Amino acid sequence: MKNLLQTGQRWGRTWGPLLGIVVVAIALLVVAPAVLSPFRLNNLGKYVCWAIAGVGIGLAWGRGGMLVMGQGVFFGLGGYAMAMHLKLEAAMATGGPDAVPDFMVLYGDGTMPGWWEPFRSGTFTLFAVLVLPAIAATILGFAIFKRRVKGAYFAILTQALAVAFATLLVATIKQTGGFNGLNQFTQFFGYNLYDPVNKKMIYSIAAVLLVVCLVVVWQLYRSRFGELLVATRDAEERVRFLGHDPANIKLVAFVVAAVMASIGGAMFAPITGIVSPSDVDATASIFLIAGVALGGRSLLLGPALGALAVGFGRTFLSESFPDQWTYFLGLLFIVVILFFPSGLGSAWSQLSARLRPKETVR
Amino acid sequence: MDAFTTPLLAGTATGALLLIAALGLALTFGQMGVINMAHGEFLMAGAYTTYLTQQVVTNTDLSIIVALPAAFLVAGALGLLLEVAIIQWMYRRPLDTLLVTVGVSLLLQQLAKDVFGAQGDPVHTPGWLDGNIDVFGYHWPYRQMFTILLAVGALAALGALLKQTSYGRRIRATVQNRDLAETVGVSTRVVDRVTFFVGSGLAGVGGVAVSLISGTNPNLGTTYIISAFLVVVAGGLGQLQGTVIAAFAVGIVTAFLTDWFNSSMAQVLTFALVVIFLQIRPQGLFTVRTRGLA
Repeated sequence: MKNLLQTGQRWGRTWGPLLGIVVVAIALLVVAPAVLSPFRLNNLGKYVCWAIAGVGIGLAWGRGGMLVMGQGVFFGLGGYAMAMHLKLEAAMATGGPDAVPDFMVLYGDGTMPGWWEPFRSGTFTLFAVLVLPAIAATILGFAIFKRRVKGAYFAILTQALAVAFATLLVATIKQTGGFNGLNQFTQFFGYNLYDPVNKKMIYSIAAVLLVVCLVVVWQLYRSRFGELLVATRDAEERVRFLGHDPANIKLVAFVVAAVMASIGGAMFAPITGIVSPSDVDATASIFLIAGVALGGRSLLLGPALGALAVGFGRTFLSESFPDQWTYFLGLLFIVVILFFPSGLGSAWSQLSARLRPKETVR
Repeated sequence: MDAFTTPLLAGTATGALLLIAALGLALTFGQMGVINMAHGEFLMAGAYTTYLTQQVVTNTDLSIIVALPAAFLVAGALGLLLEVAIIQWMYRRPLDTLLVTVGVSLLLQQLAKDVFGAQGDPVHTPGWLDGNIDVFGYHWPYRQMFTILLAVGALAALGALLKQTSYGRRIRATVQNRDLAETVGVSTRVVDRVTFFVGSGLAGVGGVAVSLISGTNPNLGTTYIISAFLVVVAGGLGQLQGTVIAAFAVGIVTAFLTDWFNSSMAQVLTFALVVIFLQIRPQGLFTVRTRGLA
């Protein structure tokens, strides 16, 4: 009998997370499209994009101990890559194969910078969404981790990166649309963006991508790499003494997190119809962290559910109390980090651990 | 000559501003490992104190003199409040203090927006600071010289506090070895609070200088906090000399880059330079050597 119980527990530990992912997948892909209005579904799509980035943050921060405060940069790389393509698609639909985006005519002399040219191709764009952030994160991560810059230093550097990135975007109005960002897309890989059916399809793509990211992270957590990552978080020097290079372990987690943020950003562009510096700057990066902190940084589903909740809360509060949203976000950080450092997802186990009589060590 | 002196002198003033902002950060970061993201908002509190002082003391020549200690006290009190209400519960989780103080920073920014309006208010320059001196073709405003004097003054005062007073001795003891300091009877709790008060107060003094240059603004803190942190990171922990050199280096380099390219490019390049610098010296310019593995 006891044997059976143990087997059951082991089975649950192995496959329980998958069950959770399946529940999330059914909720997002079957239930939500059936019950939500197209407007609400589109909003949910926006939260799903944040959740995709959040899953990556959970990997890097929750399991890897790297507080990534500049994920907006990678979110922006993906978002802008996709937005550039959509912008060109919109221009080419009306102005022929050599057309340039409208804002370049408006603010510039109507010539397009050469680095925009490859984004006319959809295939290249998809490639760029995955590869650009990977390259950027590898270079930055390699420079930072190999020299053993960590903790608060790392967090501040990533946030400085987000500030610099947003400043650069605002300043280059002729190349990136500046403060206004890129908007007024008409089609998504040939599909009309104003058609509600296509909108629903794009939402479903985002939801599927979230589920895929969750599965990837679940497998990573189960793997030897996942064990090493947690070991690096908890005792980096011991990992080094055991013959592993913590820099490489952290680098992999950082790059995967960056690519996930980029995927989220790439879906954000067609769903919201705009990517602007305020979606990718330091404040946006902090907002991404809020969801992860709320849901539970080191859990599998915590970051995704937290990001969805914070996204929903943002819309709800902005609709009801337009100016009070910032207060709530600020209070959320203080309350969650102060009282539930491992997130609401762990709140129950945290409480019960406190209530349980302490085991005496003999 | 103009192309050289202008960025050099303006950059020195920016560096001085960064120094005042970074001193408090370096102090709290070095001693307690606390990363106070709300430090920029203490700068903002100092700026608004200057503005409010001018509403009360209408003689602008005098109001700045009154504003300096007032800003120190207001920002210091805010810092003390933050320490007592939140930070003191989190000394075991230094990285998390970063996020909590981000929340505090958001609250304070929104509060400033609601109380003073989103537009910001002008701060009148007193007559004795209104003017400039001609240095090799650059009309160097007295305001910038005032900022530099203020930074030097703050540095001297802080140095005197740390080296000459008994509180300073306790602070240094706590920085070097917290457990040992406690063992010999130093109340590290009290020392932490004093440090937090002084560090935050310094930000308030910096806010006075900022308000003279750019007036008040609810987002004023965010403008300076990241640069101030880069200064702390590049300067290294636990040593004020690193902070001093890094502050002026960042200020002057940014000014030259702004002159050569533009302000946003300068920001990006300064960031890149700090990352490259950390390749050479990962622990910053100066660092206290320890035997710990951390």
